[in-house]
Amino acid sequence: MVSLTTRGGIRIGLKSKVEALYGASIRGQVIGMLEHFGIRNAEVTVTDQGAVPFVIAARLETALLRCGIERSEQTAEGISKKVPVSKKERFRRTRLYLPGNEPHYFLNAGLHKPDGIILDLEDSVAPSEKEAARMLVRNALLNVDFGAAERMVRINQLPLGIDDLQAVIPAGVQTILVPKCESADQLRAIDAEIDRICQQYSMKRTVLLLPIIESALGVVRAFEIAAASPWNCALAIGLEDYTADIGAERTAEGRESLFARSTVINAAKAAGIQALDSVYSNVSDDAGLRASVTEAKALGFEGKGCIHPRQIAIVHEALAPTEKEIEYARKVVDAFHEAKKNGSGVVALGSKMIDAPVVKRAERILAQVNGRR
Amino acid sequence: MATKAVKMVKNAAGRLVPTVVNDVPFAPFSGVGAKEPKRVMAAPPVRSCTEFPADGNKLVKDLKTALQNAGLRNGMTISTHHHLRNGDALTNMLFDTIHAMGITGIRWYPSASFPCHEYLIKYLQDGTIHHIEGSMNGPLGRFASEGKMKGTGVLRSHGGRYRAIQDGEVHIDIAVIAAPTADPFGNANGVTGRSACGPLGFALGDSEYADSVIVVTDNLVPFPCVPWHIQGNNVDHVVAVDSLGDPSKIVSGKTQVTKSPDRILIAQYIAQFVEEAGIMQNGFSFQAGAGGINLAFLLQLKERMKKNGVKARFIRGGSTQYLTEMLQEGLTDYILDGQAFDMEGVRSLRDNPNHVSTSPFTSYSHHSKGNFASMLDVVVLGATEVDLQFNANVVTHSDGLLLHGIGGWQDCLAGKCVILAVPSFRDRVPIIVDRVTTLCGPGELIDVVVTERGIAINPRRKDLIRKLSGSALPIRTIAEIQKEVEGICGGKPQRPELSVSEVVAVVQWVDGTIIDSIYKVK
Repeated sequence: MVSLTTRGGIRIGLKSKVEALYGASIRGQVIGMLEHFGIRNAEVTVTDQGAVPFVIAARLETALLRCGIERSEQTAEGISKKVPVSKKERFRRTRLYLPGNEPHYFLNAGLHKPDGIILDLEDSVAPSEKEAARMLVRNALLNVDFGAAERMVRINQLPLGIDDLQAVIPAGVQTILVPKCESADQLRAIDAEIDRICQQYSMKRTVLLLPIIESALGVVRAFEIAAASPWNCALAIGLEDYTADIGAERTAEGRESLFARSTVINAAKAAGIQALDSVYSNVSDDAGLRASVTEAKALGFEGKGCIHPRQIAIVHEALAPTEKEIEYARKVVDAFHEAKKNGSGVVALGSKMIDAPVVKRAERILAQVNGRR
Repeated sequence: MATKAVKMVKNAAGRLVPTVVNDVPFAPFSGVGAKEPKRVMAAPPVRSCTEFPADGNKLVKDLKTALQNAGLRNGMTISTHHHLRNGDALTNMLFDTIHAMGITGIRWYPSASFPCHEYLIKYLQDGTIHHIEGSMNGPLGRFASEGKMKGTGVLRSHGGRYRAIQDGEVHIDIAVIAAPTADPFGNANGVTGRSACGPLGFALGDSEYADSVIVVTDNLVPFPCVPWHIQGNNVDHVVAVDSLGDPSKIVSGKTQVTKSPDRILIAQYIAQFVEEAGIMQNGFSFQAGAGGINLAFLLQLKERMKKNGVKARFIRGGSTQYLTEMLQEGLTDYILDGQAFDMEGVRSLRDNPNHVSTSPFTSYSHHSKGNFASMLDVVVLGATEVDLQFNANVVTHSDGLLLHGIGGWQDCLAGKCVILAVPSFRDRVPIIVDRVTTLCGPGELIDVVVTERGIAINPRRKDLIRKLSGSALPIRTIAEIQKEVEGICGGKPQRPELSVSEVVAVVQWVDGTIIDSIYKVK
């Protein structure tokens, strides 16, 4: 907590679990930040449970914001030096949701090797904590090593989502998840805003979009949404909100959402992007998760949302191609190379003609087997 | 209040240690396996059966009478065991009685203490208890750290405690043994009764070497109490009480496996390591525990053993439901058990002849003619800190506070492959440090450090490094892991302010020499 004063300099009241080990470091960090904001007189109360520096920085900046002190633009430290480019076609078998206001989950998330990590600013963050989470997520993007995972942020619905973009785009997010998407216009507005921010910071636009369909209207407009932006990499479905919207109970069998799920898959494939299934919410039911992923795979989904790291390995296993699929894929790819070598435009396996998408799918399966992304 | 300005010397590990503690001279640590002078074992006074009731009835009306009969005086050493864990009401009742008798200056010699013993702080303050020689967990450790204990604490491992009794370093005047079941002759066990806690091995040495032995039970049965973990032939007095404590805190109904994904990841790494290092072979053995990572490791290893058709010859417990399942499923021939953590562990110990009760004498003691710990193929232990030479700390935190006991930790370092399972940081405090705050285990005995960010093999273990050379496991140097973690935590922590002129406790090595000092925190 910060209260600004008119005199007396900077006074810091520190209560920290790690005071004996990092007390000087925390005080130094607070003084440095206040200096940076040009504050000469203030009373600062720090209550700390052993947070790492980027978290302390975000908490202090939030406290300053609550005193009416705000940065107009990201400073040099707030801009990612190297914006990593994410490929549209990379694997998104697992995407791990992390509540944006709970940074202790961030630090080791990459060690569990999900394909993507979602720093969530939307449903898992209470309205009063939106700013705090936004600063934490921005600082996390700048400071945390998420390993090989795709760095995703789920923004809030517009207009709040615009503020989110302003914070996370310069910080090096790779993919923006757009919740409760119901129209192509929403995506166009977000695209325009991202382009504007990239221009502001002289960045090349690489950020991808991943719309989430979570309503009856969204399902009806699924194809329009999937095809709305050239930056779309996948279309996901969110079943908690969808089932509430149609007034059905979400069941384990999922008959109530079969139409929506199939529609989303069809729309995504028609638009040439991936289709991703909702989360499986019972964290301790490994068998249920496995069955749910097997079913999702059979329908045409290529990924599943995860709410706990223990789900990651199970989803990867359940989505892994079967021996039969691998064998067939090898034959297809061999036939393709054979045809190419022979200069033939027609690929055939036995008496069966093989189309280009089948070759592409076979290549993807083999890539998955070889552990490539 | 703490020991002040006694002569300090640098021991073989380069640590400053006092040569006199509570007016008793101690030798400084002189290296692992250093040669010892020839001595003879201690022994209790010669007794005669004619001094005891011929009908075998040693019941006295209450604890006070028993203590009076035992000749309780100021400054005596009183021992207790810790198997009522955090449900122990007897120890607090014991010191209430001692206090009411107007006795002061007691040296308390527990096999461990628990948070429920915070109650005894008032007796440490008023001088009823002079000091504690034994593991000090939580509140008592904090009290000692702040320099408030009248004497200096002495921390020993379970094996070290038994050794100190055997060689006379600690002479127990009165042993007070909580017994979940006992008969009037003094035979006692821990596997039946409402306060059933498992084996009573931690009280075995006390019963054999103390001047007077008092058995206290809340489940008195007619002679004979079978099985007798404690032999009535060593017991002077028996006291029956209504309740020894809170059964729900003595053993848990069901031991919980950790849900922490990071801890599960560490457990996965260890199980894979044990398999790839070729340790997991038919007839192998290991130490099991109930700690978060340890239990998860057990389940991971079990899957790998089943998959590869491997069976262990014995597993050293801490037993839990998960361990007894391995015995029932034929994945091990025996459980050699030092303590039962849950109801199922107690039940199995009672009913399954291949689930065997052990003591620190059989498992750990330095004065035994060999012990079980050094036969173990692999041991997985925790630590609060480990340094770049693999030296480890298990009693203090990086801020200097004494918060944990040694337990069997030091004794288990004798195992053939010693693995420390540690998160790479707790809160923002790195676990891999330049120099451990308190040295408890020399790095030469620690083979592998497994964190969620990677596995470091002690460079001394060239054989393990060779075996794991093609592994997909994240094998890294300990310095690499340290550097990465310091990057996350915001650099190396500052040195905590410790009062180096005031030693509040000493840590013994298993042989009785002093390996390090614990200082008062400011």
